[in-house]
Amino acid sequence: MSDAALDRPAGPAGRSDGLSGGVIDIRDLSLTFQTADGPVYALSHVDLAVRKGEFISFIGPSGCGKTTLLRVIADLEQASSGQISVNGLTPEEARLNRQYGYVFQAPALYPWRTIEKNVMLPLEVFGMTAAERTARARKYIALVNLAGFEQKFPWQLSGGMQQRASIARALSFDPQLLLMDEPFGALDEIVRDKLNEQLLRLWAETRKTVIFVTHSIPEAVFLSTRIVVMSPRPGRIIDIIDCDLGDNRSLDIRETPRFLAIAQRVREGLRAGHSYDD
Amino acid sequence: MSAAASSRAVPRKAGSTVPVLVITAMIMAAWYAACLPMNNDLPQLARVTGLAERYQVSWAIERPVLPAPHQIVTELYNSTVGTRLFRETADGVVLNPRNLVFHAWVTLSATLLGFAMGSLLGIVIAIGIVHSRTLSKSLMPWVIISQTIPILAVAPIVIVALGSIGLTGLVPKAIISAYLCFFPVAIGMVKGLLSPDTMQLDLMRTYNGSVAQTFWKLRWPAAVPFLFASLKVAITISLVGAIVGELPTGAQAGLGARLLSGSYFGQTIQIWSALLFAALLAAFLVVAVTLAERLTLKAMGSRP
Repeated sequence: MSDAALDRPAGPAGRSDGLSGGVIDIRDLSLTFQTADGPVYALSHVDLAVRKGEFISFIGPSGCGKTTLLRVIADLEQASSGQISVNGLTPEEARLNRQYGYVFQAPALYPWRTIEKNVMLPLEVFGMTAAERTARARKYIALVNLAGFEQKFPWQLSGGMQQRASIARALSFDPQLLLMDEPFGALDEIVRDKLNEQLLRLWAETRKTVIFVTHSIPEAVFLSTRIVVMSPRPGRIIDIIDCDLGDNRSLDIRETPRFLAIAQRVREGLRAGHSYDD
Repeated sequence: MSAAASSRAVPRKAGSTVPVLVITAMIMAAWYAACLPMNNDLPQLARVTGLAERYQVSWAIERPVLPAPHQIVTELYNSTVGTRLFRETADGVVLNPRNLVFHAWVTLSATLLGFAMGSLLGIVIAIGIVHSRTLSKSLMPWVIISQTIPILAVAPIVIVALGSIGLTGLVPKAIISAYLCFFPVAIGMVKGLLSPDTMQLDLMRTYNGSVAQTFWKLRWPAAVPFLFASLKVAITISLVGAIVGELPTGAQAGLGARLLSGSYFGQTIQIWSALLFAALLAAFLVVAVTLAERLTLKAMGSRP
């Protein structure tokens, strides 16, 4: 694994040329939660740069801060120290300018809205015209293969379909950055495989920057262009792995030596984090 | 799907009818049996001998301590269907005060006005409490204290105080109703407005949704099921409030007035029939709210 050094984000000096093409730039970021049992070091000295159009996965065991890091990027949590920029803005400015779409662990659809109305929710909040809303909802519902289910309520759809609807909702206002927090974690493996393929196709079509939190090694390797391996107590990045499996991946590549080698390196990284010792 | 639902509903309905009828029959039997011991000391029974005769007499006394159920139903029938509903006066056609429907309407109008005012107040209080930490700390204790004061003590104060500034009749009674029924609405709506989970709220945050947008698109629709649960409680205690509001002034009209005049003149049958009518009215109101609930929740896509 001699190429590890190349994959590591360069130090601040190496990136002094600015952030041309950089979507996310994180330097020496730490986040400490004060709890009744004393401080919890959720994130410790995290450095990461994400380029436009990348598909980045955060992988690690529970408590490694991968979701927290995603929430810091989304301005749903605030860092205790360090710097972070999203599209050259602070996370708060990026959120206020609606620069990203966020997909949660659960579909989080509003049960009193039809699928169409759920997809329209951000568009309503942004004050788009009814015609525009209808056109966009139709387009993105079709993109996630849910055409014909516009007038259904969430409970009438399966879990996988609900999560697809929530992806359509995140895409509906065409953000260039997509933040996904274990979106398929609650689904069974067959559905998950299918959704992974669809997500990859969607990414190929839209070329958005995706940050994807997962605790599944095959999922991370299959989807990503780069994998960020994280470790708990304190939450930190222990390895960043290039995942150069090329475009147009099919599920079959999971049997290839290259795929297995990357998966092995992710596994070693997770083991090196001593995350399962205690 | 609808056929399956209806075929499942039918046996359940049939299954619940028999137990209800059995319990009703048992209550009726106990009631008829209690009429003799309850009325035993009345002069009408003084010279009657033989158990069967004594029972027969005990079920037909004009001013009994405990009237028999059929006496109450007969009185209810006579004072509603058996009496002219309308009366012609110089002002035109009005409801006839001899008809119980007139009194029910007087009480019902105060109930509905009080229900509307109280529910609105409860909702406004809940919105304030949910959106302001200060209000939550300062207002909530008063909301709870308001319900620890017996309404029978508050009612005369409200009636007299409002009467002294010229407000009589409908409005003071409605205010007492509102005083009672805002409470369950406020409590239920606080819970309902806080019911959206973290993800649903975070979603609005990622859209940079305003407080108003979060309220109208998330908190309010999420609270609607809680609102209806509260409204069912509120509508019945609204009726209680309106009746209580009719007691302290010796009002001439309303179900409360009928209860009061019945007790003045020992007209127990009149008291019981007013009571029964009030119960039927309450049942009707609850059914009406339940129906509105079903229609609303169906339109909001809730699982049937």
